[in-house]
Amino acid sequence: MAAKLRAPGWYRSGLFIVAGVLFAAALVTAVRAAYGFSQPFEGSGGWDDDWQNAVLTVSLIGAPLFFLVGLGAFDYWFYWAAGRPTRPEDHSSHGAHSWKDYFRVNTDHKVIGIQYVVTSFFFMLIGGLLAMLVRAELAAPGSQFVDGNAYNGLFSVHASLMIFLFIIPVFAGLANFVLPLMIGAPDMAFPRLNALSFWMLPIAGLMMTASFLAPGGSFATGWTAYAPLSTDVPIGQLFFTIGVQFAGASSIATALNFLVTIITMRAPGMSFWRLPLLVWANFSTSLLVVIATPFIAASQFFVLLDYALGFNFFTWQRGGDVLMYQHVFWFYSHPAVYIMMLPGFGIISEVISVKSRKPIFGYRMMAFSLLAIVLLGFTVWAHHMFVSGMQPWIRIPMMVTTAIIAVPTGIKIFSWLATLWRGVLHLDTPMLFALGFLTMFTLGGISGVMLAMIPLTIHVSDTYFIVAHIHYVLFGGSLFTIYAGVYYWFPKMTGRMFDDGLGKLHFWLTFVSFNATFAPMHLIGIEGMPRRVADYPAQFAGWNLFISLSSFVLGLSTLVFVYNIVRSWRTGARAEANPWRALTLEWQVSSPPPIFNFDRVPTVVGGPYEYGVPGAVHGIFQPAGREAKTPQPAAVAAGETSRE
Amino acid sequence: MGVEGVRSASGSEEITAGRESRANLRQMLVIGVVSSIIGIALALAIDWFPVQASTQAEKIDTLYDVLLIFSVPVFVLVEVVVLYSVWRFRMKPGEELMDGPPIHGNTRLEIIWTAIPAILLVCLCSYAWITLTDIEDADASALNVRVVGEQFTWTFYYRGPDGRPVASPQLYVPVDRQINFTVQSKDVLHDFWVPAFRMKIDAVPGIDTHLRVNPTLRGTFPVVCAELCGLGHSVMRQDAHVVSKAAFDTWLRNRARGPAPRAGGGQQAGGGATAAQGKPVFNAAGCSACHTLADAKATGTVGPDLDTALKGKDEAFIRTSIVDPNAEIAKGYSANVMPPNFKQTLKPAELAALVKYLASVTKG
Repeated sequence: MAAKLRAPGWYRSGLFIVAGVLFAAALVTAVRAAYGFSQPFEGSGGWDDDWQNAVLTVSLIGAPLFFLVGLGAFDYWFYWAAGRPTRPEDHSSHGAHSWKDYFRVNTDHKVIGIQYVVTSFFFMLIGGLLAMLVRAELAAPGSQFVDGNAYNGLFSVHASLMIFLFIIPVFAGLANFVLPLMIGAPDMAFPRLNALSFWMLPIAGLMMTASFLAPGGSFATGWTAYAPLSTDVPIGQLFFTIGVQFAGASSIATALNFLVTIITMRAPGMSFWRLPLLVWANFSTSLLVVIATPFIAASQFFVLLDYALGFNFFTWQRGGDVLMYQHVFWFYSHPAVYIMMLPGFGIISEVISVKSRKPIFGYRMMAFSLLAIVLLGFTVWAHHMFVSGMQPWIRIPMMVTTAIIAVPTGIKIFSWLATLWRGVLHLDTPMLFALGFLTMFTLGGISGVMLAMIPLTIHVSDTYFIVAHIHYVLFGGSLFTIYAGVYYWFPKMTGRMFDDGLGKLHFWLTFVSFNATFAPMHLIGIEGMPRRVADYPAQFAGWNLFISLSSFVLGLSTLVFVYNIVRSWRTGARAEANPWRALTLEWQVSSPPPIFNFDRVPTVVGGPYEYGVPGAVHGIFQPAGREAKTPQPAAVAAGETSRE
Repeated sequence: MGVEGVRSASGSEEITAGRESRANLRQMLVIGVVSSIIGIALALAIDWFPVQASTQAEKIDTLYDVLLIFSVPVFVLVEVVVLYSVWRFRMKPGEELMDGPPIHGNTRLEIIWTAIPAILLVCLCSYAWITLTDIEDADASALNVRVVGEQFTWTFYYRGPDGRPVASPQLYVPVDRQINFTVQSKDVLHDFWVPAFRMKIDAVPGIDTHLRVNPTLRGTFPVVCAELCGLGHSVMRQDAHVVSKAAFDTWLRNRARGPAPRAGGGQQAGGGATAAQGKPVFNAAGCSACHTLADAKATGTVGPDLDTALKGKDEAFIRTSIVDPNAEIAKGYSANVMPPNFKQTLKPAELAALVKYLASVTKG
């Protein structure tokens, strides 16, 4: 037992969590004693609330760090920093041989990719369940089964889990698995950092979910956590404030890892103009993450300092500035919607090109439009604040940039349509989700352009029209691309084929019930139903009942997906290396890929989407012994076809 | 292996393919135009908006119609290409190993679909800017109303005939005169929104925000808080009454003078208030939004159930509970939830009537 407690792993991390909480209690007790503040058993009411909240706050920050140390995420670095012999590089933490290996600090990008995806879907199911509860409460006017505070908690945790624990990390997970394979790399640039980024994620998720157990209930100020409401509510708020820090740190570390991997670890011959668009998409996303995510970290640190230590960032009576929170928050959170969309664009480019058997139309414009979105994405944040009371003139430039960002997005939509044109369309599950994405995301984009128009937004901001818009963008947009990507790479990730019939059933159930759920929200929003309300006037009762019923079907449709994935993973037919006849490198190795991805280093000799070009190849595997040589320019030129 | 290769790739078929392609496009154009017209007609036929009660509402509704007219063809375009491709280009038996023609791009097309949307969007933005200027146009003779939000109620302040501020829990405005709202908050963010006027603005602690509305229709419309402000956010709803100029002046004069209960209709002074006059006050002051009270058919759950919480309590206790809600907090409820301003917003007569009413209906 003692040896188990010393070795990195779950026993030691359990011990360390206890140590972390005790440390927090000791620190708080000591500091409070020094200042003469109340102690745990003072007063009549037993447990002292202030003391308890202080211990909780310090534990929320400290215990996760203790947990990570206990799990062994820092072992290598600590040994190295202390000058002790690091464990030899035997790659024992590479690859997964049993399910237990997924519960360890593992440095294999393929294992981490699966850890990410499964964890994200776990929190997606919790978030979905919370959405069902929200819809159950809203099925009829009046109060059904939760009070105002619990209701506010339900939608707040729903949104936070879906955004920070599902959409953002699931894209990081998919890219973690396929991106190194696509560029011909043996792993990510920083495998240990990669493992650490993953393990910060379940911490954030459990923290947000566990907030329901906090005294006073969960955080209930929406995922936006606007101050000063968020600085003056029960302690559950800090489960969001601190949870976001862990999710954000995870996100930043992964993005850095992607950037370095993409820049430095491309296979010979893999120039930027030969990168698959998924890689371009993650390159762009990572730029956004690295630049923007520190801003949400800052906004939540402000809240934490106001809340826990009596700072006055948002106390207007003491010179605080309430609007400042929104500016800092949205300077991250608007780019965040592109963080939640660009990787999906990459997935769609892969799926549509392969399943239409045609080169992607306008490859370079597809890449440039991603970069244009990155740039413009930083110039539109205040369109979330058209009615916030900020200086009026700034609304006009923000309106124009918001509208103009539809241009690069439009280029992508039109290029996908042109890729479909005259192709040989394989309408299997990934392709159906890709086409579903095209149509639904167009609707989300159209309502987005409408929302750029200030006069309309003055009426519909903070209404169900917004709820409809974000769900068309994040569900009809992002989630459809996630489903497309999960089905598309499922054979590669698991070595098994999924059931295409069940996949199609899943698609149609989701597609129909999604529209039935969210389309009517446009209407009730314009008619005057505000968002984030537990109760509403009787005039909206009919539509709300319809929406609630549709949403339950939508919830159930997810079970088809879960069943298909679980069953196919266990008993599905073995997948061949390249079931889709795709050209990109990840399909040129076995399914699942070998432990170090490529037994021979591939050399890239042409574009990734040369379907229909007779004899076109993207990458070749050099005969053994020639790895050291760089590709001859002549061979590269011969393999590349002209753009027209 | 089966037939590998490119669908219609050989030289002689290339010409047929081109002709076929043009025929495809013509077909699609017809389908697209017809469905766009039907789509626009349908979109405009839907009754989207609540009642139009201000000049701002008319302009915003028109803007929305214009946006619909531009949006429908865009959606139809995408939809038609997707559906047409699915129908026309889906893989047929025997084509399992075939590829499409290797078209890598078309610079002219790409320039077109970059430039046209950009031009359209700039036009829409210009139109939206013009609309914005119109709806925010300031009128020097506007009536000033100060709106103060707090958890979870609005209070409206007017300048009385004698120059002193007059407070009201209900919004009264005259028709056909611009109202210049100055919006403030005492605690957290709120948002002052009258859907019938189509205008809203956040109430931000520490700063004044402004909103101008020209009401055009007499009637009673909901005032809604649109920014999440805490557990009572859903019930932070009051009424906006748009009345004739004469009716407004009378109302303001009565309000400033004080003794007349707003809803009871009588002219008694505060001391003569009766329990019967308290019931309309209970509803008008918004009590029913948060409290349950069987007699008034109120079912709110934000605050304590008055049927049990006030049972057997005397009038003094009830009065204190209304004007100083934090004096005693019912078990299981939090302080600072109930608005502490009823002493300011209720006239003495109204307050007296409300206390008598509550005492009488919770006696048993």
